Amino acid sequence: MRYLDEFRSGELARALTAELAEAMPAGRELALMEVCGGHTHAIYKHGIDELLPPGLELVHGPGCPVCVIPVGRVDDAVSLALEPNVVFTTFGDMLRVPGSKGSLLDARSRGADVRMVYSPLDALELARANPEREVVFFAIGFETTAPSTAITLLQARAKGVSNFSVFCNHVTITPPLKAILDAPELRLDGLIAPGHVSAVIGSRPYDFIAADYGRPVVVAGFEPLDILQSVLMLVRQLAAGRAEVENQYTRVVRRDGNPRALEAIEQTMELRDSFEWRGLGSIPKSGLRLRTEFADWDAERRYEVPGISVPDHKACQCGQVLRGLVKPWECKVFGTACTPERPIGTCMVSSEGACAAYYHYGRNRPKRGKIQA
Amino acid sequence: MCLGIPAQIVEIVDPEAKTAKAEIGGVRRIVSCALLEGEAQLGEWVLVHVGFALDRIDEEQAAETLQLLSDMGEAYERELASIRASEGAA
Repeated sequence: MRYLDEFRSGELARALTAELAEAMPAGRELALMEVCGGHTHAIYKHGIDELLPPGLELVHGPGCPVCVIPVGRVDDAVSLALEPNVVFTTFGDMLRVPGSKGSLLDARSRGADVRMVYSPLDALELARANPEREVVFFAIGFETTAPSTAITLLQARAKGVSNFSVFCNHVTITPPLKAILDAPELRLDGLIAPGHVSAVIGSRPYDFIAADYGRPVVVAGFEPLDILQSVLMLVRQLAAGRAEVENQYTRVVRRDGNPRALEAIEQTMELRDSFEWRGLGSIPKSGLRLRTEFADWDAERRYEVPGISVPDHKACQCGQVLRGLVKPWECKVFGTACTPERPIGTCMVSSEGACAAYYHYGRNRPKRGKIQA
Repeated sequence: MCLGIPAQIVEIVDPEAKTAKAEIGGVRRIVSCALLEGEAQLGEWVLVHVGFALDRIDEEQAAETLQLLSDMGEAYERELASIRASEGAA
């Protein structure tokens, strides 16, 4: 088994599509949010949106780690990168995200030592190999990525690497979902929950969506058949009037997640009182910072950062895209002033951003309308 | 970013440091197995994310999901066949 090809059979996709058309409750329009940007990418890449029966719409959610980082935090990153003697390390996706005074790439052209890494462990290794430099790692991502930063911090402490620090921007998935479900402007019938975040946190944290909001949730894998099967599971719940948390991605996700990963986060990080999200504003208890025990490795304590909230570019509608209110092609600057080469907003930068995914895979396909609330 | 890719453990590098070599889509790289329960075993499949084996992939569960999907496919094929065989078919 290779766990990829088996979940990409076109024949089975057709069978699932037929089941799906049959399962649709007559006369109803359904809007399902795929929370994770990885799902958005897969949906456009494999054309899954075009396989859906009439009346069934997929709405993009906020689960793109790069997309939700607000302008102010990008400015902080640029300021850290410009500190003397700092080697600023980041995942490649963040390089081209525009801040109010340019991106990290622009900072590099102004002389900053900005380097792309694949893993936080690579940044730690860079610090060990260059003891005369100060290496800062730009930590972003949901609970999928936070354990990796956590283990790296534990290793930095164990090995006494003092020229390494973390600019922590980790966020948690359930607070923005609650914010979206509380917002009056969008009607959602069910949620496709992120598979890899759930590998860490499990499926239990979504229980409130079924219990308090009466919406079904299915945790989904990332291959085309995973997504189609998850959509079918949601439609069947809706047709039967059920609202439960189900798990399609059982080969990776368990009810209680990965206890070692959760423990590593708990040991190194704690919730901030509030964290600003692009498009969603400040959400209480939604972002993570390093615990005081790790102050020596905390870039926000070791350096002065501006820490100023900066509004988005006027023409950018990323905020509405992230809340499922605007489809990529409905944004005025999509594909014209805003392209992956010269992005205005984050949704066009990250491969998990709805705009970039649509630009790469779908821009010539007929556009489907959105369901009004 | 939140992408996790199935990879196979092809070499245990340092059991003490919990590092192993994993083959990911034809590329081999060292990954940390610190998030796995117990020690990584040669040949097992894990989900790799930013240099970490995030968790094992459960082979039994994968087979079960595939079986469910393929049963659905068979039911669909049978349905199609019966439509083709029916008198109304062109």
